[in-house]
Amino acid sequence: MKMNHLLVISVCLLFPYVVVGQVPYKRILNASSEPGNWLTYSGNFQAHRFSPLKEITPDNVSRLRPVWIYQIEARTRFETSPVVVDGIMYVTEPPTKVTAIDLRTGRSLWRWQRPMPMLIRTIGFGPTNRGVAILDDTVFVGTLDCHLIALDAKSGAVRWDTRVGDNATGHSITAAPLAIDGKIIVGISGGEAGIRGFLDAYDARTGKQLWRHWTIPGPGEPGHETWHGDSWKTGGAPTWVTGSYDPDLNLIYWGTGNPGPDWNGDPRPGDNLYSCSLLAIDASTGKLKWHFQFTPHDVHDWDATEIPVLMDIVIGGQARKVVAMANRNAFYYLLDRATGEFLLGVPYAKQTWAKGLDARGRPVVLPGTEPTVEGNLVWPSLQGATNWFSPSYNPINKLFYVAVREMGAYYYKGEADYKPGTFFAGGGERALAGDKASGAIRALEGETGKLKWEFRLQSPPWAGVLSTAGGVVFSGSDEGNFYAIDALTGKPLWDFQTGGQIVANPISFQIDGRQQVAIAAGHSLFVFGLQ
Amino acid sequence: MAFICNLLALTLIGFSVWTNSIPTEPVSTSNASDLGRGQKLFVAHCALCHGIGATGGRGPALNHPELRRAADDQALFRVIRNGIEETEMPGAWQLTDNEIKDVVEYVRSLGRNEVIKLQGDPARGKTYYEGKGSCGTCHIVDGRGGNLGPDLTNIGARRSAAYLREALVDPGASVPEEFLIVSIVTRDGNRIRGIRINEDSFTIQLRDSSGVFQSLRKSNISELKKEFNSSLMPGYRDSLNSSEIDDLVAFLAGLRGQR
Repeated sequence: MKMNHLLVISVCLLFPYVVVGQVPYKRILNASSEPGNWLTYSGNFQAHRFSPLKEITPDNVSRLRPVWIYQIEARTRFETSPVVVDGIMYVTEPPTKVTAIDLRTGRSLWRWQRPMPMLIRTIGFGPTNRGVAILDDTVFVGTLDCHLIALDAKSGAVRWDTRVGDNATGHSITAAPLAIDGKIIVGISGGEAGIRGFLDAYDARTGKQLWRHWTIPGPGEPGHETWHGDSWKTGGAPTWVTGSYDPDLNLIYWGTGNPGPDWNGDPRPGDNLYSCSLLAIDASTGKLKWHFQFTPHDVHDWDATEIPVLMDIVIGGQARKVVAMANRNAFYYLLDRATGEFLLGVPYAKQTWAKGLDARGRPVVLPGTEPTVEGNLVWPSLQGATNWFSPSYNPINKLFYVAVREMGAYYYKGEADYKPGTFFAGGGERALAGDKASGAIRALEGETGKLKWEFRLQSPPWAGVLSTAGGVVFSGSDEGNFYAIDALTGKPLWDFQTGGQIVANPISFQIDGRQQVAIAAGHSLFVFGLQ
Repeated sequence: MAFICNLLALTLIGFSVWTNSIPTEPVSTSNASDLGRGQKLFVAHCALCHGIGATGGRGPALNHPELRRAADDQALFRVIRNGIEETEMPGAWQLTDNEIKDVVEYVRSLGRNEVIKLQGDPARGKTYYEGKGSCGTCHIVDGRGGNLGPDLTNIGARRSAAYLREALVDPGASVPEEFLIVSIVTRDGNRIRGIRINEDSFTIQLRDSSGVFQSLRKSNISELKKEFNSSLMPGYRDSLNSSEIDDLVAFLAGLRGQR
């Protein structure tokens, strides 16, 4: 760990507007009212990844130029989504490092790194981390060896360290925590290791666990009957992407991942609740309010951990509070976020596995689409029609922007023997690569899921989307392009070659009154502003 | 979860679990069921490149007693599990240790079959390569030649004889993706045809038929056509007879140098 107190103090003295890390809950609650900052993973509790800033527009975006570039030391994927507070940016670096960066210059103010044991199990993913949460004067980060750490926002000093799970059994944390009123919500990775998934809440001041919600019901609990024998104990349903929050309903919305083993469903006949589901959880108690399962008895690894986006819209002339999800299974869903009622489900990408959805949103699965020993070609691939990278919702034009992967795969069914801390998947895939696959940014009408426009991409992307009140949509490509497109037409406006694959979400903020946009690309973080 | 499963099924900081998971004991002795399952798995996961019966194709033939990259069963296990860096051989993250052991057994069983010798004369083949075929105009061997086509320095280790013969007779039948031909018409009416080097959503770079690099923005292109079953290489069906092609295949199959 390296701390640089003097530098932080100097920055505070030189720039009086900098008040390091004072982020009471109410600031996050009203995040949209201070667009110069980016206070939580998705920008606001509604998970819009939308910036109300208007300085950058379709007319001037061609003048975007790099302002500074911050390089990391690690050579594994850099997937951070930064948090910005009062002139300081907080990023995570692989494998488990937090850096506070001066927003004006890109120079680091402090760094914290957790020494990693020699053997770290990141089964089914890589040694990565997608970001921090901040609350009051504390920064929170999950670690690959499955701890939740609280750091002093001024120095990076450790305030508390709580063990969330056992990495020896494949438990790990890659998601950014979600900070709400006095609580830190943290999800778990390990869906390819046969874990039993859960979502936890911890006291922000002490690190004491407040509740744990198991995503697979235990004996005697509703839903347990959807598992065979002891299969529930190794059934997966992890919670590896940050969810959203409705403070009025006091409900947390969090997606769950695949059941285990992934591609061999034989040991787990039944719907396998609550895998591949969206859970609405009471933030005070951790109790389940409702659930919606997108892909019952999944055998394609189509986690439902995509970002649940909260929207207030009009459907059939009636104002509705909904939660939207562009699911990995290629369908776009709208659910009533108070009750979980299914309102809409339409495909937004190529899919060959379902005839459609029935009146309650359950897929009508086509026969012959399961994995086989010989391999069975199905769209979408196991990486899904989209994945963990964020969509964006513009509440002004009511468009939902999603990065789409158009890729099929041969799915294989294999053997599945559970051994703690090892790959427990029962098969795999061979995806159609190269020119046989492509990508797109699609703008869907939020209320109907109808395609408004698309911008075609050379390859299926791994980058999220940011939209802005200035009328611009930003995202990144596998080939290293960071680019801007017109929010209403999809017309490309500007692009910049970063030199590395983009596997991250963009954000926007202000420094010295000027709008800037940031993206992690390759092994660097780029910040752009108007020239 | 498996958001990116390609080669990262299990990783370590500093060391690879894959390496640790390689069995230190000899792979189990063969029996009928292992071979049967190994064959099924081979057909599903390996035959696309290595051919049914491992007779080779886009990937090398594996029906030999000695495999260049796998001196013993444990090395073969490692190659299957981890793939080979800087080649087209991916790691089989989706197979369990037991399944890989069965594939190892199956591949080794093929090496016990009699090896069929190639018919051609490599020395004569070399004269065709350098003379009648003018292959060196477009291909490099041991650092010498043109760069319009693939480097052939170790082509014999990477491709089977059947694949090489097909490539000589019908070059468009199986063009590697990195040698895709594109035809472009620019907005100001210029026509460019060449081999794609890079392509992203906004730009494309290619090497035209005279070897000159061209870099274009897609916004300046009115037509972009990809010729998936086409090659700049001429077919030798008419310029070489069958026996001469056998000789050329024998020469190419013997090119196993380091690139």
